[in-house]
Amino acid sequence: MLSRVAERIYWLGRYLERAENTARLLSVYSTLLLDLPTGSKIGWHTLVEIAGCKKEFDEKYQTTDERSVIRFLLADSKNSAAIMNSLEMARENARTTREIIPAEAWEQINNLYLYARDNVSTGIARGARPELLKEIIAQCQQIAGLFAGAMSHNNGYNFIRIARSLERADMTTRIVDVGSVILLPELAKNTDDDIPEPYENTIWMSVLRSLSADQMYRQHVLDRVNGEDVVIFLLQDEFFPRSVFHCLTKLELCLKALPKSRKVVKTVAHTKALVRDAEVGKLVGSGLLEYIDEMQVDFADIHDSITSAWFLPVAKD
Amino acid sequence: MKIDWKSYNPGSFYDELISSPGYARKPARVLARYLGSLNQDELQQRQAAAELVIKTMGISFTVYSEAGNIDREWPFDIIPRIITETQWSTTSKGLEQRLRALNCFIHDIYNDRKILKDKVLPAELIMNSANFRKECVGMKPKYNVWANICGTDLIRDTNGQFYVLEDNLRVPSGVSYMLENRQVTKRVFPELFENYDIQPISDYPSQLFETLAAISPRPGDYPEIVVLTPGIFNSAYFEHSFLAQQMGAELVEGSDLVVKDDDCVYMRTINGLSRVDVIYRRVDDLFIDPEVFNPDSALGVPGLMRAWLKGNVALANAPGAGVADDKIIYTYVPAMIKYYLGEEPLLENVPSYLCCDKQQCQYVLENLDKLVVKPANESGGYGMLMGPQASKKERAEFALKIKADPRNYMAQPLISLSTAPVICNKNVEPRHIDLRPFVLQGKKTYVTPGGLTRVAMTKGSYVVNSSQGGGSKDTWIVSEGGQ
Repeated sequence: MLSRVAERIYWLGRYLERAENTARLLSVYSTLLLDLPTGSKIGWHTLVEIAGCKKEFDEKYQTTDERSVIRFLLADSKNSAAIMNSLEMARENARTTREIIPAEAWEQINNLYLYARDNVSTGIARGARPELLKEIIAQCQQIAGLFAGAMSHNNGYNFIRIARSLERADMTTRIVDVGSVILLPELAKNTDDDIPEPYENTIWMSVLRSLSADQMYRQHVLDRVNGEDVVIFLLQDEFFPRSVFHCLTKLELCLKALPKSRKVVKTVAHTKALVRDAEVGKLVGSGLLEYIDEMQVDFADIHDSITSAWFLPVAKD
Repeated sequence: MKIDWKSYNPGSFYDELISSPGYARKPARVLARYLGSLNQDELQQRQAAAELVIKTMGISFTVYSEAGNIDREWPFDIIPRIITETQWSTTSKGLEQRLRALNCFIHDIYNDRKILKDKVLPAELIMNSANFRKECVGMKPKYNVWANICGTDLIRDTNGQFYVLEDNLRVPSGVSYMLENRQVTKRVFPELFENYDIQPISDYPSQLFETLAAISPRPGDYPEIVVLTPGIFNSAYFEHSFLAQQMGAELVEGSDLVVKDDDCVYMRTINGLSRVDVIYRRVDDLFIDPEVFNPDSALGVPGLMRAWLKGNVALANAPGAGVADDKIIYTYVPAMIKYYLGEEPLLENVPSYLCCDKQQCQYVLENLDKLVVKPANESGGYGMLMGPQASKKERAEFALKIKADPRNYMAQPLISLSTAPVICNKNVEPRHIDLRPFVLQGKKTYVTPGGLTRVAMTKGSYVVNSSQGGGSKDTWIVSEGGQ
């Protein structure tokens, strides 16, 4: 497989996963806000922070109302974190690897892009948003299914899975970050003393739901929903497909199937140990932020070592 | 309302389906009756369905514009064009004959130059040709074939006779659209395929693969074949990617390839470097190797010519093949067929006048208002004079250009293009069309049954180029008994 093609397939995988994750996030957040007390400081701006693009947002928009934020994260194709941008990039990468991916997958990716392009502006209004996001998520899942069912599980497929695992792990840490570091303290500031229990519970439920983890969590953790167990589940669970540890295990497996992977595998092993060995429960409340930062630095390292192992060197001028 | 073929009038042109108002040609009768049974809305629905298929299959081409490059959906008219097997078999043989002669010619020019010594055509024509590559002199590609892939443009005059308008021997494009047009028609009019015995065209990618595999410098082994594209911004990128996919070949850009000290070509893969045997290059000669040609080219591969001249890699088409793809050389093709093959040409050229010949030039200058004048080496309809439509001033200016550089010009009478019915505004109207069949030559030769029919979508226009608003049609070669 050509290095250039590997790189494009990798980015195809990342953008598809990113589009799906962002759609999940918008979807959960839109319902979460309905549950919180009026006057809560948690607002639409929090969503921009999760997506990690506060600066870009502030440069473009004066107010952080629902309309601006949703437009920014959904439809603004100039914003690198917007769903529309991810889908456009996914399509472009698919279009340049059409000789590798199954024809049906290309058609489906093209369709998803066309669907989003034609309908994305309807999602700015609250009423039509759930349907739009649901459709985007469903189509992303369908594409993942097409890859699994119609593409040989070869190097190309491995690159898609590698990209997906890394993107997923990254998004899960972001969402955990939001729950514990942004939402809860904000809520605390708002109420002056301890956060009323139903709201804490609501927030952790939303965190789980944004990763489709609520049901699996309940089957696995028999206690009531609480911060400590949620964080442990989302970071360290072995079996849940969006837990960071699971993503890293899958990542490692796919990397090992590729040639010349020793160095990258070593980088992943380091991160895996970091995730497995941490006493996550104790970190909730203090130190979690730094811990998550450390993980995200590791994810960037993994990406860099993938780049230098397999992709075309950047042309020197 | 339904299609009323009685109000369809192709006038003095040869219409491929309707010979005169109300009368379909014999092979087109079933089609005309079927279309006539659909009402306007149904017809429109089929056209819309076709456009949707094209959109979702992502069949597109790129248009260059000031606002950037736009990826446009392929323009397609759902009514197929029908040609009978009998008509086609002579044409097909003629195309094959023509390419064989052209390849003899190219090989001769870069080697013995017998044709020049025998004064069948003047030597200065070659030495002054912009597509003659002195770097290729002495090269002997496998089977002595330089142009493995040729796209020949055919037109039909008022009697329905086929003429060759030009031979494209450099990087002819369009074959992917020919294949996709058939796919779309199958989805839109499946019922028609039961009534017609249509020659399949889907074999092309395998034929192309075989042609390329046969010229591998390492016979016996599985050859590594790649398609070299200038990249995503090229107008034919869709086709490059399509052909790579259909052949199971790698689609590469210049930066993916490297020529090492052993003068072999390698591609950069995730396993490291891997040897390449055959390159189907869709990059123009002058850009393939910055060491030899355009030094600024970022599309090519430094050292590629070295590897090719040493016989370590095959290039299709071979560099320098364009020497025969020149509107002046074109006029000598019938003479080449007699000279090299000892055969009579089965396909005729459009009558042409060469400006480098004094007498013919005089005729051209005196009859500019009746002629189409073309420069030797432009494609896509650029730099031409359409005499009958041009103003007096334009003709006078063009006359000066001809006098300044007669070698660069040739002229042809305005030949009318045949027409075919096209859906416009829920009705059918005649539009002009041409035909580009594709011919392969390597170990053996192959001609596509039919080819790509291009349509000038504007009423009365002869401009069929997709970059200038042209459309296309599926082309059926049918057996007379099969309906």
